[in-house]
Amino acid sequence: MKEIILIKNGELALKGLNRSTFEDKMIKNIRRRLSDLGKVTFFKSQSTITVYPESEDFDLDEAEIRIGRVFGIAGYSRAAVAEKDMAEIEKVTLDYFSDKIFAYKTFKVEAKRSDKKFPLKSPEICREIGAAMLSAHPFLKVDVHNPDLVITVEIRDREAYIRGNQKKGAGGIPVGTSGRGAVLMSGGIDSPVAAFMMARRGLEIMGVHFAAPPYTSEMAENKVKMLTEKVSKYAGRIELYIVPFTEIQLAIRDNCPEEYFTIIMRRLMMKIAERVALMHGAKALVTGESLGQVASQTLMALACTDCACEMPILRPLVGMDKNDIVELARKTDTFETSILPYEDCCTVFTPKHPNTRPKKEDVLAAEAQFDFSPMIEKAIQNIRFEIIEGR
Amino acid sequence: MVYLDYSATTPVCEAALKKMNEIYKTNFANPSSTHFAGLRARQALEQARKTVAERLGAESDEIYFTSGGTEANNLAVFGAVEAAKKHRDKKRIVVGAIEHSSVFESVKKLANDGYDVIFIKPDRHGNISAADIAGAVDENTILVSLMYVNNELGSVMPVKSVKSIIKAKNSPALFHCDCVQAFCKKKFTHNTLDADLISVTGHKIFAPKGIGALYVKKGVKIMPRSFGGEQERKLRTGTQAVALAAGLAAAIEDFDTENYGEKVKEVNRYARSELKKIEGIIFNSDENASDYILNFSLPGYRSETVLNYLSEREICVSSGSACAKGKLSHVMSAVTDDKREADSAIRLSFSHLNTKEDIDKFISALKSAKEELIKAQ
Repeated sequence: MKEIILIKNGELALKGLNRSTFEDKMIKNIRRRLSDLGKVTFFKSQSTITVYPESEDFDLDEAEIRIGRVFGIAGYSRAAVAEKDMAEIEKVTLDYFSDKIFAYKTFKVEAKRSDKKFPLKSPEICREIGAAMLSAHPFLKVDVHNPDLVITVEIRDREAYIRGNQKKGAGGIPVGTSGRGAVLMSGGIDSPVAAFMMARRGLEIMGVHFAAPPYTSEMAENKVKMLTEKVSKYAGRIELYIVPFTEIQLAIRDNCPEEYFTIIMRRLMMKIAERVALMHGAKALVTGESLGQVASQTLMALACTDCACEMPILRPLVGMDKNDIVELARKTDTFETSILPYEDCCTVFTPKHPNTRPKKEDVLAAEAQFDFSPMIEKAIQNIRFEIIEGR
Repeated sequence: MVYLDYSATTPVCEAALKKMNEIYKTNFANPSSTHFAGLRARQALEQARKTVAERLGAESDEIYFTSGGTEANNLAVFGAVEAAKKHRDKKRIVVGAIEHSSVFESVKKLANDGYDVIFIKPDRHGNISAADIAGAVDENTILVSLMYVNNELGSVMPVKSVKSIIKAKNSPALFHCDCVQAFCKKKFTHNTLDADLISVTGHKIFAPKGIGALYVKKGVKIMPRSFGGEQERKLRTGTQAVALAAGLAAAIEDFDTENYGEKVKEVNRYARSELKKIEGIIFNSDENASDYILNFSLPGYRSETVLNYLSEREICVSSGSACAKGKLSHVMSAVTDDKREADSAIRLSFSHLNTKEDIDKFISALKSAKEELIKAQ
């Protein structure tokens, strides 16, 4: 039996004249995600995209999982393909649901007939298929209002498609339609969630990670790679830039007042991230900061980090509770990795008593006591990067 | 590479490799099969069992192969407790507070299930007093689990007193001894320990990972944790790893307890004397500890950082504790309240393959770490 996947656009349908740009971007994203699974053709019609495998060994199970993670999709379902012949449609329908039917008690059949030349009208198709299902599975009952299973038969130009319940898509808008942003990835719970949320709003993600060996380990860096890989399953391909940060952290420690360690460190991270972002076409920075979560994320502290760079800093988690963030981290499957216990650069030299109400003038004055720019240049020159493909 | 982490694991010795290679290639049949090839595999398995048994002064039918120390410990603890249900309201379990996590976490689960688990506190160097055990064991005690050599500190437990304490208290308790770090390294038999259950593993003594054994004294009954199959007299079902078992046996035969012990003692003494010269060093392992393990702290220098630093220089050691984000090791937090000491613990563990040069390289790297690294708050 030949099977395909039908995809319903999400918010895209609202996008007036830009719609086809968004749709094309989404198809491109899906195509890229499925590229290693075999040859596949896409058809666009109204608000449905049909994914049509061309090779025998195409892994539809995997394709379905990946499609479930592509932003811009409201819903999707697998469908069996049948010849446009009522006896054939009936046979395929019975066959298609024979294994899974035991999960349902009630059902109804819907028919859509875009080929008006098909001899049976929609209500007639429903009746026939419904009757066939009932006689094959006597335990089933018809419920037209609130059925467990909706069987949809679509009569298209070339073939007929038979599908069950639609699955909910990842929502949002296609990655890449909102430009590019650089996410500061620490390895904690928050930054991957922030990346996920911005990718869902169409932002193409690149990652910037600060490594401070030997205070942070290779394991900590691997952890960030693992997290980036998890995010890339939703966000698609991600370039991860790793900035050597030890020298700068030591310089902060040696030259700045302890109460400002973290805030100055974050300001310098922003400055470097902005430079990296500019070099690679990103127009915004993204962080996992959440208001009041830690000393460096109070309103006054955020004001101090904000003015370190000119680019907008997007903080999708700013108003979220930790519990909600954790829930999203579980949903994106990053939580278990995030809580692996490796030191990250944010926790290496945490001051005992950080200033939670830093004044901008004081922070700027403290930072000005040392000229960090040569070190920043050196760090930028020694950036390593890795491409995480994201399928 | 300077490898000072042999208590984490060892490479596989030539003798074991050769034996395993032979079995994988030419004696691959299922030891439960009835045909001649199965019989040959069974013979190899039983030969291996005999070697393990002999090392423990036991009979072959007292040895049950497992996947390693953790499984042996789990089987011993849960198997003994399950079998003790016949004693109805007897619910006390006595264990050392610094047992390996495979015992520690198992009894913590049993505590959650309503068992009265008593943890015996060690002193600053991980030593436990027999008197404390005597104070904890009563007639309601069903299990005492005490390791022979502690894996983080090398401290040697008063295991030889346990059985007499149990007898004196008129308790039905079984005595389980986790001998993972002592097996082949210390001279002992089941008689010297007077234990009912003994766990051992292969990969600390140059055998492969994935094989271990539990000794169960004849007449002692414990309940299985796996079902389906007749293997290991139904106590540990599943097709046996014949080659790994034979590898374990070969490694046991190859392990020269006295000679290796001498070499390790020398290396340990040298490392200790060199470490003494470094200002600020606190020894967590005392002089009575096993020569195979030497644990110290350098307060202010977090283990994780020092480990990373040494690792960059291809020196492998181990930390007793995890970093600030993770939990402190239960062993280090049991022996000291000083977080800086616990958080800076480094464990060196040796084998006969180590030389003074290894120690020199390590000491010099540690000295430069101390110079270069910034002290934590």
